[in-house]
Amino acid sequence: MTRKPAWAHCSRGRTHTHACTHTRKDSSSSSSSSSSRRTAFSTLTSSTSPALAAWAEPGWGERARFGPFPSGRARWRVTLPRLQMGEDAESPKINHTFLRDYVTEADVISTVEFNQTGDLLATGDKGGRVVIFQRETESKGESEEAGETGDSGEYNVYSTFQSHEPDFDYLKSLEIEEKINKIKWLPQQNAAHFLLSTNDKTIKLWKVSERDKRPEGYNLKDEEGRLKDISTITSLQVPVLKPTDLMVEVRPRRVFANGHTYHVNSISVNSDGETYLSADDLRINMWHLGITDRSFNIVDIKPANMEDLTEVITAAEFHPHHCHLFVYSSSKGTLRLCDMRASALCDKHTKLFEEPEDPGSRSFFSEIISSVSDVKFSHSGRYLLTRDYLTAKVWDLNMDKGPVETYQVHEYLRSKLCSLYENDCIFDKFECVWNSSDSVIMTGAYNSFFRMFDRETGRGVTLEAWRESSKPRAVLRTRRVYTGGKRRRGDVGVDSLDFTKKILHMAWHPSENIIAIAATNNLYIFQDRVNPETQTQ
Amino acid sequence: MEVSAEAKRIMVVALGKLYSSRSQRGGLRLHRSLLLTLVMKSARDMYHAAQATAESVAPGCEEQQQQHQQEEHPAAQTTPEPTGAHVEFQGPPSLATGEPRTSPRQEVGGSPMGGTCAAENKENQCPTGPAQHSRKRRGKAAVEPDFLPCKKAKLEQGNCSQQLIVNPVLVDYVNCSSGLGSPPTPMPLLRAIAAC
Repeated sequence: MTRKPAWAHCSRGRTHTHACTHTRKDSSSSSSSSSSRRTAFSTLTSSTSPALAAWAEPGWGERARFGPFPSGRARWRVTLPRLQMGEDAESPKINHTFLRDYVTEADVISTVEFNQTGDLLATGDKGGRVVIFQRETESKGESEEAGETGDSGEYNVYSTFQSHEPDFDYLKSLEIEEKINKIKWLPQQNAAHFLLSTNDKTIKLWKVSERDKRPEGYNLKDEEGRLKDISTITSLQVPVLKPTDLMVEVRPRRVFANGHTYHVNSISVNSDGETYLSADDLRINMWHLGITDRSFNIVDIKPANMEDLTEVITAAEFHPHHCHLFVYSSSKGTLRLCDMRASALCDKHTKLFEEPEDPGSRSFFSEIISSVSDVKFSHSGRYLLTRDYLTAKVWDLNMDKGPVETYQVHEYLRSKLCSLYENDCIFDKFECVWNSSDSVIMTGAYNSFFRMFDRETGRGVTLEAWRESSKPRAVLRTRRVYTGGKRRRGDVGVDSLDFTKKILHMAWHPSENIIAIAATNNLYIFQDRVNPETQTQ
Repeated sequence: MEVSAEAKRIMVVALGKLYSSRSQRGGLRLHRSLLLTLVMKSARDMYHAAQATAESVAPGCEEQQQQHQQEEHPAAQTTPEPTGAHVEFQGPPSLATGEPRTSPRQEVGGSPMGGTCAAENKENQCPTGPAQHSRKRRGKAAVEPDFLPCKKAKLEQGNCSQQLIVNPVLVDYVNCSSGLGSPPTPMPLLRAIAAC
């Protein structure tokens, strides 16, 4: 069968195409062990889909356009080419100087999160700082381009603050890193925004509020600020609120400390809006947002004898709608769904999701690559998305025998596991995200590549978050890693992949097709120009 | 031996990583240390299997690969290698031992036969490998990269062979799964490292 590109784009002025086909059929033809349980997805050929054939333009070689969104093609476009963390983080100006290659460790972005409306985007870095971006509401007539539809609001820096500082545990003589592991926004209840940020040990609740007015008209002080003599004041002057420059204030409202012995890897706000959970390697605690000196321990998998330790908790999340359900993933590749109504301590899972291991694919590193690095509920609450080292899997909550879909993210790395182990890359923890309609999943890879998979067709596309290809308004072109067969121009060989450029953290706008990708110290924001709004299910 | 050299290298690298993680900022990462220990364990088991096979003559085990019903191990088989495998049965994860045996099958043509027959038996009959995971594995805190003198390791192997010298693969397996057999002396990871 001819390969059908999934996310092919055309970039103006280019003469070569980058058809990308990482269909699941292709992956399963390699020596991959995990196989999807779904029946084969239909292959789109030009004969069955006249619309596709119409997209292929002469002179561009074998190419067709395809998008996961039913109404047409998707073209991912850069809204803001690059926001570089570091000294330019404060200024909303776009930094076009690409000369500085040296990356300060503290500037490496460690988490990205949109709020519930998508107007705010928070990033945390290794230096303990949080930068919040706000979407600009556009004025009428601005940035309306021919043929373009929808919002093209850009994200600009809204606020920056230092969330966590390096700390020291005197009892254990251990440094506590200030790296922000996770940020989660609370649902908005009033004019202020609240977010939770956590490092390895401490979770903090921050209030982000705007002030754009200030009272003026006090007559108790003179021009130089000195208090006037009371006897000289003859009238009562009521201060008036006058507009002033917008000021964003961020204040810590709660500090949830001393809840964890091990390193906190996840936080998740409950749908009840009152509680949240925090998970470390062996325990999960539930907190009330208003109470900082107490927390409930709801999961404890620490064995009586630490020598018997076989697995750790790697991620945890509350169900988006049911406030009594949560899921946690383990280093063994299993997921456990727990119902808090069953008992106070949810050590015994309600459901265990585990895929039987394929003995044919065992290697030294089987345990490492089966460890789940991230788990996310779908927006509908019906599915779970997990990421292990080589694959992303979709699970149906109603079926615990195995995933319903398996996507090979970078199967070509399976033969390179030994060298990835030596350079520590095999321990990398990739995140995964759903789109707003749960029809597309996205996850990161190496060489600044990230991958999107359309669940309906099973097709995957590889895109790149790299400054050279991200001029303002540029359309992303699909990339491909050469794994055999006909080599096309632009294909990257497996051995020339840059493993220092890894896309670990990312976020998808809750209702639109806007994605935020963290690439080391750079934040990329991409928007689908053709289908900015997602069809709701 | 390619396989044992690879296993050895992996073990050494794991040790290096464990050691350097102690001085890392933020303290010991439990998850990472756990994964490293698992890798080290697999590599160790593989290494022992490879070492033992190198010393043994194992023609009869090829038959066993086909007929795992066979009860008696030929006496010539009784080398540290199969006993090493049996030790691994009842102690450390069966799947981990199964796993290194399958990888030599992939990597080296003339694979250690005894190892693979043990592997096949285990894989056919014990899909719940992870459940038996490492009862004997050392805790994270206890894993110290000390390099003990080699004679300790040899003593361990000697003990094992005495205990299990004639037990066929299958009987041992039954013992393991029914919990009847007494587990042999656990081989601490510490000493196993020294065997490298």
